Amino acid sequence: MDKRNRSAGIALALAAVLVTTPLLPLALWSFAGEWRFPDLLPASWSLRGWEALLAPGSRFTEAVLNSLVIAAAVTAAAVVIGLPAGMALGTHDFRLKGVVIFIILLPILVPPLASTMGIHLTFIRLGLADTMFGVFLVHLVPTVPYTAIILTSVFAERTGELEEAARTLGAGPWQAFWHVTLPQVAPGVAVAGLFAFLISWSQYILTVLIGGGTVITLPMLLFSAASGTDPVITSTLAVVFALPAVVALLLALRYLNPGNERGFLGVGKVS
Amino acid sequence: MSTRLELRDISHRYRTGERAVSHLTLTAGPGELVALLGPSGCGKTTVLKIIAGLLRPTAGAVLADGNDMTGVPPERRRVAMVFQKPLLFPHLSVAANVGFGLRMRGMGRRETGRRVEQALRQVRMEGFADRRPEELSGGQQQRVALARALVTEPRLLLLDEPFSALDANLREEMRELTKHLHATGDFTTLLVTHDQGEAVSLAERIALLLDGRLQMYDTPEAFYNRPVNRRVAEFFGATNFLEGRISDGAAETPLGRLKLAAPVPPGSATLTIRPEAVRLEAGENSFPARILSAAYLGTQVLYTLEAGSVRLRAAVPPHVKLGVGQRVSARLPAESLWAFSE
Repeated sequence: MDKRNRSAGIALALAAVLVTTPLLPLALWSFAGEWRFPDLLPASWSLRGWEALLAPGSRFTEAVLNSLVIAAAVTAAAVVIGLPAGMALGTHDFRLKGVVIFIILLPILVPPLASTMGIHLTFIRLGLADTMFGVFLVHLVPTVPYTAIILTSVFAERTGELEEAARTLGAGPWQAFWHVTLPQVAPGVAVAGLFAFLISWSQYILTVLIGGGTVITLPMLLFSAASGTDPVITSTLAVVFALPAVVALLLALRYLNPGNERGFLGVGKVS
Repeated sequence: MSTRLELRDISHRYRTGERAVSHLTLTAGPGELVALLGPSGCGKTTVLKIIAGLLRPTAGAVLADGNDMTGVPPERRRVAMVFQKPLLFPHLSVAANVGFGLRMRGMGRRETGRRVEQALRQVRMEGFADRRPEELSGGQQQRVALARALVTEPRLLLLDEPFSALDANLREEMRELTKHLHATGDFTTLLVTHDQGEAVSLAERIALLLDGRLQMYDTPEAFYNRPVNRRVAEFFGATNFLEGRISDGAAETPLGRLKLAAPVPPGSATLTIRPEAVRLEAGENSFPARILSAAYLGTQVLYTLEAGSVRLRAAVPPHVKLGVGQRVSARLPAESLWAFSE
C-alpha cells in the first residue's frame, strides 16, 4: 500500500508540474522589462506590471476584493444549499429521484447565456441588476449543481450507522449531524467548496451580464487586458487569476502524503 | 435502574413489503439477560432497532416499565446499543468516544473525564484513552464500544451480535466480560445472536425467532429437553424424531410401545430424544438395533442406529467400543423422551 501511495504521489507531482509549467512564462512575463523573440529569458526585469496594477486609479484592488468577496459568499451559500440536497439525495431512495437530479443538473446543462438573459430581466425588475448581491445570486446558478452532486456522492458512501450509534448514546438528530456527520463529510465539503470557489472566481459572462460593468471583478480586467497589446499587464493579471487554483493544488498535494488514511481530499482513497 | 421491557404484538414490514417481524410479544424482566436467537435474516436486528427507537414498528408497542415508548426518539429512551461493528467515531479519540454520550447529555468535562476513566477500566482499556480508534484491534474496539454504551448508565443494553466478527478466543473473552458487566451492572440486557452456543452460555432465557415469528421463549435447558416443535428441536441440534400415537402415558411407535415420563395429551405426536440421552443397554423402552456407522468426536462417539425402518443417533462415552454392523440393545429412557404434537 505504501508503494501504491508513493506512486500516486509521484503521479500527482507530475500532474502538478504539467499544470504549472505553462504558467511559468506568465510568471516571467509579469516581471519582464524587455523580452524579444527568440530569447529564452527576458533581457531585462521590471516591476512595471505590478506597479501599473497597484497604481492609484487602477481598479485592480477593487476587482480582486470584489472577486474574493463574491467567491467566498458563493462558496458558503453553495455549500449550505448543496449540503442538505446532497444529504437527501445520497441517503434516501425515493420516486422520481432521477428527475430531481436532472433538474438540479439543468443549470449546468443549459447554456448560461440562455438562462441569464431571462434572469437579467427579472433582476432589473427586482433592482438586483448591477449590484454585488445580484452577481452573487447569479453565480449560484452554475455552482449549486456541482456542490449538490459532489455532496450526493459523499453521502451515498455513508451508511448512517455512525449516526444511529450516536442516537442510541443520547444524541438528538441535530447533535448527531453536528458532532458525527459533519466531521465525517468535512473533506467532501472542502472539495465541493473548492469547486464553487473556483467556478465563481473564473466567472465572466454572468458577471458582465448581471453586474453590467458596475461590478468589476478580476476576470473582467483580465479579458479587457487580453484584448489589449501589453503582455506584461495581461500576464501579471493572469498570475493573480491563477493563484487560487495553484494554492488548491498545493493543498491537495499536502493532503496526499503517504499513509494519510483520508485519501485525496477525502473523495476516496487513491491507493 | 434496570427496566422491565415488554414487546406487545410487534410487526414490521420493510418498505419493499417484505415482512421482517410478525406479531412478536415478549417480556424481559428487570435485570434479566435475554438472548434473541435466530438464523441471519430472521428479523432479530429489526427487533433491536425497534426497541432502540431507530425504527418505528408497522404495528405493536414497546413498553418500558409499563410506559409506552413506541414514539419516543432513541436519545430519550436510556437504551444503549452495541452493534455488530464497533462503530467508533473515527475522528474522536478513545476517551472522546466513550465520553460522547455524556457530553451529548450536557455533562461537564471533569465529571465526564472521571466516568470515562472508570468505564475504560471496567473493560480493561484504561491505557488507551488517547488512542485513535483505527489504532486498536477489532476486539479492543468492541470493548471500547461496550464502555461507550455502559458509561451512559442505560436501563436496557442491546447487543447486536457484538462478538460475531471476532475470532474464537476473543469471542469467549468478550462473552465472559459481558456476563460480568451484566452481573455487576444494573440493567436489563437483550443479546441478539445466531449462535445457539452463545445464547445458551450467556442467557437466562432465550427467545427463538424463525422467519420473523417467535417459536419459543424459555430457559436454555427447556430448548434442549422440551422443544415445542420440530423446527425448534432441529435448531438446537436434535436429530432423533419418531412418529407415534399417545395414550395412557405411553406412545405407540414403530419401535414398539414407549413409556413417557412427561404428561402428554393423547393423540398423534412427534417424539424426540437427544442423542446423548440414548442408552445402549436393555431395560424399559429398549429395542434391538444394529450399528450403521460410528463417528469418533473426541469426547464422545456418535453412533447411527438402525431399528427396523427407524434410524436414531446415540452419543456415548468413547470408552464404549462397538463395531459397525454389531447388534445391540438400545434404550430410550422415559424421562428423556419428549413429545410434541404439531
